[in-house]
Amino acid sequence: MKRWIPLLIFVALAGFLYVGLHRDPREVPSPFIGKPAPAFTLPVVGQPGMTFSPADNKGKVWLLNVWAPWCVSCRQEHPVLMQLAQAGIVPIVGLNWKDKDREAEALLARLGSPYTAVADDVSGQTGIDYGVTGTPETYVIDKNGIIRMKHIGIINEEAWQTKFVPLLKELNQ
Amino acid sequence: MKRWLLAMTMLLAAPLWAAEAVPVGEDPAIEQRMVNLAQDLRCLVCQNETLAGSHAELAEDLRKDIRQQMKLGKSDPEVIQYLTDRYGDFVLYKPPFRSYTLLLWFGPFIFLLGGAAIWYFTLKRRRAMKPANQAGSEALKQAVDLLEKNN
Repeated sequence: MKRWIPLLIFVALAGFLYVGLHRDPREVPSPFIGKPAPAFTLPVVGQPGMTFSPADNKGKVWLLNVWAPWCVSCRQEHPVLMQLAQAGIVPIVGLNWKDKDREAEALLARLGSPYTAVADDVSGQTGIDYGVTGTPETYVIDKNGIIRMKHIGIINEEAWQTKFVPLLKELNQ
Repeated sequence: MKRWLLAMTMLLAAPLWAAEAVPVGEDPAIEQRMVNLAQDLRCLVCQNETLAGSHAELAEDLRKDIRQQMKLGKSDPEVIQYLTDRYGDFVLYKPPFRSYTLLLWFGPFIFLLGGAAIWYFTLKRRRAMKPANQAGSEALKQAVDLLEKNN
């Protein structure tokens, strides 16, 4: 028995390290899950005089996609969002985060917009109120305006199928 | 050549303008409070840096928010609440006492107790072995006597 102890300790340590290998330190648990989406009212990009606030989407399940024109991975995510928008699966609202160079409107005109509306958060304060640490980040908000999930990073095919599809199905019932 | 030298010396001087994050606040008391608080907070972009020392843009914004909250008369715990409301306990370098941090807080004591237990049982076993050694002391004395006689 006694001579197995070092092996047991090794296996336990290797187990911890193995789990650690597959955990993303960027995946910070959000304190907003299950809580109401923080309210804001921001101007809409490309539509002077219009504003957007989360209350406008009450009764709908929707995505809030935090992005920025200066964000390289957002550009990578853009085609995925376009596909989702074309399929009409779920309304996607953009939050244009800290776009100090005012590039969002021209960029969306050139690449096409997957968004039903893009709220313009130049100061970045709304992003901070949502606990944004970097772009892209996507929140799933239910019919009652409760945040149900936060996805950090690009939405790829795998993340969409495993994380979004089941949740959206459940929320849309 | 001269131009070369000038360029090289300028390159060498580069660390000079890589200074600490520049304080932007105008009120030195609030600045001091902000820095003290931000030293125990985690920057969410470069996760192993403090909010006080980070150059990340988000850290800058959060420092601005902390200053603003302090100007509004918020106490330090209230400012920390403001941040944990948004970013969770992850911003705190000092982990709070919660059900899921119990192992973190008590883990070291569990190891200490385990070590103490091993120590205790080893000593106990060693003490149990002692009489066996002493039984041999008679023979040892005989051996010493024999050796001395031969001298």
